[in-house]
Amino acid sequence: MIPASFDYVRADSVDAALAALAEHGDEAKLLAGGHSLLPLMKLRLAAPSVLVDVGRLDDLRYINDAGDHIAIGALTRHRDLEISTMLAADAPLLAHAAGHVGDPQVRHRGTIGGSLAHADPASDLPAVILAMGGTLVATGPNGSREIAASDFFTGFLESALAPDELLTEVRVPKLDTQGWSFQKFNRRAQDWAIVGVATVRANGSTGVALVNMGSTPLLASAVMDAVKSGANAADAAAFANEGTEAQSDINASSEYREHLARVLVRRSLEESGLA
Amino acid sequence: MQITVTVNGEQQSGDVEPRTLLVHFLRDELGLTGTNVGCDTSSCGACTIHVEGQSAKSCTMLAAQIDGLSVTTIEGLADGDTLHPMQRCFQENHGLQCGYCTPGMVMAAVSLLDENPNPSETDVRIGLEGNLCRCTGYHNIVKSVLACAAESHGASK
Repeated sequence: MIPASFDYVRADSVDAALAALAEHGDEAKLLAGGHSLLPLMKLRLAAPSVLVDVGRLDDLRYINDAGDHIAIGALTRHRDLEISTMLAADAPLLAHAAGHVGDPQVRHRGTIGGSLAHADPASDLPAVILAMGGTLVATGPNGSREIAASDFFTGFLESALAPDELLTEVRVPKLDTQGWSFQKFNRRAQDWAIVGVATVRANGSTGVALVNMGSTPLLASAVMDAVKSGANAADAAAFANEGTEAQSDINASSEYREHLARVLVRRSLEESGLA
Repeated sequence: MQITVTVNGEQQSGDVEPRTLLVHFLRDELGLTGTNVGCDTSSCGACTIHVEGQSAKSCTMLAAQIDGLSVTTIEGLADGDTLHPMQRCFQENHGLQCGYCTPGMVMAAVSLLDENPNPSETDVRIGLEGNLCRCTGYHNIVKSVLACAAESHGASK
């Protein structure tokens, strides 16, 4: 399978990437690791006329301590997240989940920024960043702006990024984590989750987010409210499919996904230490 | 577009379309047909090579993306007639049946031991999750990788 023809532009700086986006508008797509975009292009589900390759922007490949949060460059690869001692200490949910994206070959090439900007509800990291209350930094022709993770995912494969913006940084709060859990249910090790759950309990509150339970990654708000009101794991998990719109597909019916969500949320809350 | 890539230690140049996949550049332009195309959807790992020393699936990369970088294919592992230890361990432990997945398995296994020189059996099985063997010959593949790891630690065979 070969992608449709396109023009290829390699950006050697953020400014060059922004200039290319300004020139080509919504005809252009950004290419980072390529492990979400290229499969779509090979299947001809996407056919951008220009690819702007930002994969060499090593300036955007970092994991830095920024006081109250950890700043992660958008081009940081999943493998870098997986083995980061800083993340293991201060954001263990993210380091762990990054080690479960795809397979080693995918993790060597795929990037956190690419995964979030692709906004696939079946991907692992969007739900993780949601559960952690992360912030995304978008850089455009008029400078940078911060977007809360809860405002970032706007639809199926759609995000709050404007066509002329580049996702440059991901910020996750340094949490005094009491417990965390990442549940990923799939049939083959390397697959996307049929349903997944990311939970982090820290600083007196609990964040729970769902993978593949709707057109976007979702915060399990009803579960979080129940936990806040003192519900135990089993009682809170009963609310897991509230507000979800799970799809039926070749892997699972929507009813089965709703069942999985309740089971996995309970396990996730229990693993993160909630009675 | 013109690209220059270091493949198995030798500088190679080629004129490719932007949409040319890396695996097709390796096979069709450079004649390095040891790298197989299996599923063509980044699932099976038959096309696994190393980019800058790390395993990657060459069916899901553009040749343009590796312009200026270094790539190792299965042809680049052996030193003349002397097999790479991983190749020899696959041979000695019969780590293959039909052989189609073997180049990708070997490349993935070399990258795995680079990152984890002393893996458990579980580490090897999880570490090779990106490579499928349709003969289901995993038992001897895992045995081969463990043998290679043990050998590099000086353990007796």
